[in-house]
Amino acid sequence: MNTNRLIGVGAFLIAVFVIVPLLIATSGRWDFYYTLTSVALLAIASAGVWLTFYIGRINIGQGAYALAGGYVSAILVTKAGFNFWVTLPLAGLFCAGLAVLIGLPILRLRGVYFAMVTLVLTEVGRLSALALPVTNGAKGITSIPLPGELSIFGLTLIPDFATLQNPKLAFYLAAVFLMVACYAALYRIVNSRLGHLCRSLQQNEELSASIGVNTAYLRVLTYSISSFFGGIAGAMFVAISQSIYPSSFQVADSVNFMLNCFLGGLGYVFGPMLGTLMLYFGWDLLFTTGRYQLLIYSSLLIILMLVLPNGVLSLFERKGGRK
Amino acid sequence: MTPILQVRGVTKRFGGLTANNDISFDVAEGEILSVIGPNGAGKSTLFKLIASFLKTTSGEVLFRGNRISNLAPHKVAQMGVVRTFQETTIFRSMTVRENIIVAHHLRSKASLLGFFLGTAQARADETEFGASADDIIEFLGMEAIRDELASNLPQGHLRALGMAIGLATNPTVLLLDEPFAGMNHDETMRMVSLVRRLRDERGVTVLLVEHDMPAVMKISDRIVVINFGEKIAEGTPAEIQSNEKVIEAYLGSEDAAIGM
Repeated sequence: MNTNRLIGVGAFLIAVFVIVPLLIATSGRWDFYYTLTSVALLAIASAGVWLTFYIGRINIGQGAYALAGGYVSAILVTKAGFNFWVTLPLAGLFCAGLAVLIGLPILRLRGVYFAMVTLVLTEVGRLSALALPVTNGAKGITSIPLPGELSIFGLTLIPDFATLQNPKLAFYLAAVFLMVACYAALYRIVNSRLGHLCRSLQQNEELSASIGVNTAYLRVLTYSISSFFGGIAGAMFVAISQSIYPSSFQVADSVNFMLNCFLGGLGYVFGPMLGTLMLYFGWDLLFTTGRYQLLIYSSLLIILMLVLPNGVLSLFERKGGRK
Repeated sequence: MTPILQVRGVTKRFGGLTANNDISFDVAEGEILSVIGPNGAGKSTLFKLIASFLKTTSGEVLFRGNRISNLAPHKVAQMGVVRTFQETTIFRSMTVRENIIVAHHLRSKASLLGFFLGTAQARADETEFGASADDIIEFLGMEAIRDELASNLPQGHLRALGMAIGLATNPTVLLLDEPFAGMNHDETMRMVSLVRRLRDERGVTVLLVEHDMPAVMKISDRIVVINFGEKIAEGTPAEIQSNEKVIEAYLGSEDAAIGM
């Protein structure tokens, strides 16, 4: 890692962990915490979608995994009395396992066929949540307690959220911390051999197999990492809203995760993060336009994609450079 | 000496069409063997069957006595039988060096998790791959285009890059699919000497499918001729040139123009 990059990372960390809370405290706009927490979590789910793009698959099914992760956490907390912080990785692992089972058959598909199957997957997720006895149908699971204390050997790592004066700030910090961890992992994946192999897969699967890459294994591995991200994002969301319904994550959310990646740039690790921020705030800023909101929003999206097909981050690209 | 590669009664049918019918031949270690035949004779199909990119209808392919037909292609590559592609198949948005480095996959000792965590073994692997990639670049005389994006390369270089990717896997047997296609005389001669050096300096057994008769005659130790999916002759270049059946196959068809 060179110095410039280190400075960039440092500046980002200071901005999200120090400056943003300071600004919110001075301006009194506490509602921004909820917005920014949402952006952080949606950015995690989008990071997963981005990773499936990286192996050359259009994934419009992340909503299903976010929903599954949310339900796993909600059920474990309310029915089995688990600590939320324990359910968070479990939700991710559950989704990763689910992705192996689902991915094995569907990852053979390419292009629009894979995209369509994953699109259906989100709807299957919603219908399953409606039908399964354990998910409590359309009534969903509500009154989920706030995350409890997490301690190891008597040392309190995370305090009980219910006792905090300002749980909004705590959620914000937790979500941003999670996002930073996920993007660090994603950056490492992309810049290690795993990422190089993913790129080989994206560019030519046949050649990849001929140089000895177990393409089926690699596809399933990547897809399950991607779904892990979806699962923990979903679980964290449920902890904040303290409730989950079959409609918590829908087809529109899956499509948005994909749009975030497109908008930020498929060639950049931090593309989905920027894309999520821009889409989320873009939509909110257009609120004042009333009934023209959707029209203006969609038109802007189309124009952006036409003008910047490689994403907003491609604006900053030096010739031949790559993040 | 037992042959390194044995093709045993290999047959491939696509529906009602028989692309390969009961083809058998052996490849000795360190040999350069060419498979030739008129257009549509089933050469490419045979190649895909050997590299296990297609499943045989019947028959089998043995590598050092072990069956490799109908295994997953990456397993065949792991065992040391590696194919290059007829069409200029490369990783287009990587540089020449990146293409070659990524093709070192089979040589990695560290696991993917090791690479993710950046363990000592992973770093040692990366250093080794880089050095080996530079070796291959030098071997193929590609220094000038080392950091060029593959999608910007002209065809002749792409063919060399395809071979470099094959070499990076450290193959025992390299299958070259039409290495001289679309090349002029000088380029062909350069490629011929390159393939020879592959065998002489790196001990690679080479099996190639080709149209270019003068090149094939020059390069091959032995030649297998197939026509309409069946083997019609096998022998040294001199034997093949005087073989009645071969002459008939070429002269009796439109492909006479290929010229023997």
